[in-house]
Amino acid sequence: MRDKRLSAFDVAAEIRDGMTLGVGGWGSRRKPMALLRAILRSSVKDLTIVSYGGPDVGLLCAAGKVRRLVTGFVSLDSIPLDPHYRAARQQGRVEAVELDEGMLQWGLYAASLRLPFLPTRAGLGSDVLALAPHVRTVRSPYEDGEELVAVPAIRLDVAICHLNRADASGNAQFLGPDLYFDDLFLGAAARRFISVEQVVPTAELLAGGSIHTMKIHRGLVDGVVEAPRGAHFTECVPDYGRDEAMQARYVAAAADPAAWNAFYSELVS
Amino acid sequence: MTAARHEVCAVALAEAFRGDGEILASGIGVLPSIAARLARATFAPDLLLTDGVATLVEADGTPSGWMPYRAIFDLVWSGRRHVIMGASQIDRHGNQNIAAIGDPRRPKAQLLGMRGAPGNTINHPTSYWIPSHSLRSFVAKVDVVSGVGHDRAAALGPAGRFHDLRRVVTDLAVLDFATPDRTMRLVSTHPGVAVATVVERTGFPLAGASPGEVVPETRQPTDEELDLLRRVLDPRGLAAKEVAS
Repeated sequence: MRDKRLSAFDVAAEIRDGMTLGVGGWGSRRKPMALLRAILRSSVKDLTIVSYGGPDVGLLCAAGKVRRLVTGFVSLDSIPLDPHYRAARQQGRVEAVELDEGMLQWGLYAASLRLPFLPTRAGLGSDVLALAPHVRTVRSPYEDGEELVAVPAIRLDVAICHLNRADASGNAQFLGPDLYFDDLFLGAAARRFISVEQVVPTAELLAGGSIHTMKIHRGLVDGVVEAPRGAHFTECVPDYGRDEAMQARYVAAAADPAAWNAFYSELVS
Repeated sequence: MTAARHEVCAVALAEAFRGDGEILASGIGVLPSIAARLARATFAPDLLLTDGVATLVEADGTPSGWMPYRAIFDLVWSGRRHVIMGASQIDRHGNQNIAAIGDPRRPKAQLLGMRGAPGNTINHPTSYWIPSHSLRSFVAKVDVVSGVGHDRAAALGPAGRFHDLRRVVTDLAVLDFATPDRTMRLVSTHPGVAVATVVERTGFPLAGASPGEVVPETRQPTDEELDLLRRVLDPRGLAAKEVAS
């Protein structure tokens, strides 16, 4: 097996202006914050971000790196709304494609299976379709003839995720309660990078959790970054919970440019 | 025992799950989640409940299954779920907005986003909890349709056949859509609330609330329900903080 270890800056260097970047995790849970910090320090811009959004989205928006967001929501979980993302939207700095959460899953799944779309009822009757006119409907070819939403494949140039453990070649393990949709983000992307709390010998993975926790195999991963506390300040259970104090400071700093500059430089440097 | 307003609301929300059988009861927010557990502990013992993260739990907290988001989405699309969501805006057809205030292309106020509202409402039973019944939330027209209302579901024809809005509970009243044109109807007012107050704080004509119509009072919690709420389900009194009046 190949050793795929690299640094967060190596990952950031793969991301170029105008690319579509998928970010794993969910809300303020298991976000690849160490990789995001490296991206924030780079000069990359005009990104399309695909994410079940949390502070990843707020930070990238505040840094002016986002042109377009594809999402089901942006929330910090314990704090419902992200003020940095809200400001970007309300000032017209970021375009948003707001999908139903399940539609986002379906779009990533379609891309990961090389399908043009997957059908669903989710979205019918709502304003999702009116606000995202590129999303079309399709008629069932069977007797029912039902009209369904054809969620288009959401293809990613690069995906980044943070997991609990991996070996050096990218066999990775989640030890918390939910994988979220990390496997689909990796499956939907041309280039796939993970950070992990700890890189361990392959034989040690099973000691950390059952075979069912080893959902990400090395065929889905191009590079592995060892980044202890690499999801902080979001949660990465069981390794650590969310740093609520720091998240509260992240939110409070939105109200004052000086406070934001101080917070941002502390976070990124 | 005398019930406080939030306890009346908890029971009115729990009643939304009566008769649901062995499906997942999802309460989004403090009072809806207490209500789901109240229904489970009393008149709806077959309901499936999660711990709010990714584990199915029985009434005593015993983990009985794994329920990550992917499995919840599967339940949503299979119809075996009843959710109680919030609503920043709702109209008389039950169209709900949690996405944005103003023009969604450049919102005056960006809210959560669509979340699961489009998929929930088109696939399985949905009820709403609105802790502050006001002209800001009960509007003639919502700015964005996240959750699908009766008019839009009807326009879909057969594709809307799993749409099933059940009830709306607020700090003032219980409402539903049991009218010939499926527009919102006042079912009951909570003890101490005048019908006129509900009408004043609703930004559209409300069925069942015309002068002279007799509007029942929302039922009082039983002593068993109050005991459960105070001692077991909400010992720290979190529900009271969610209800203004």
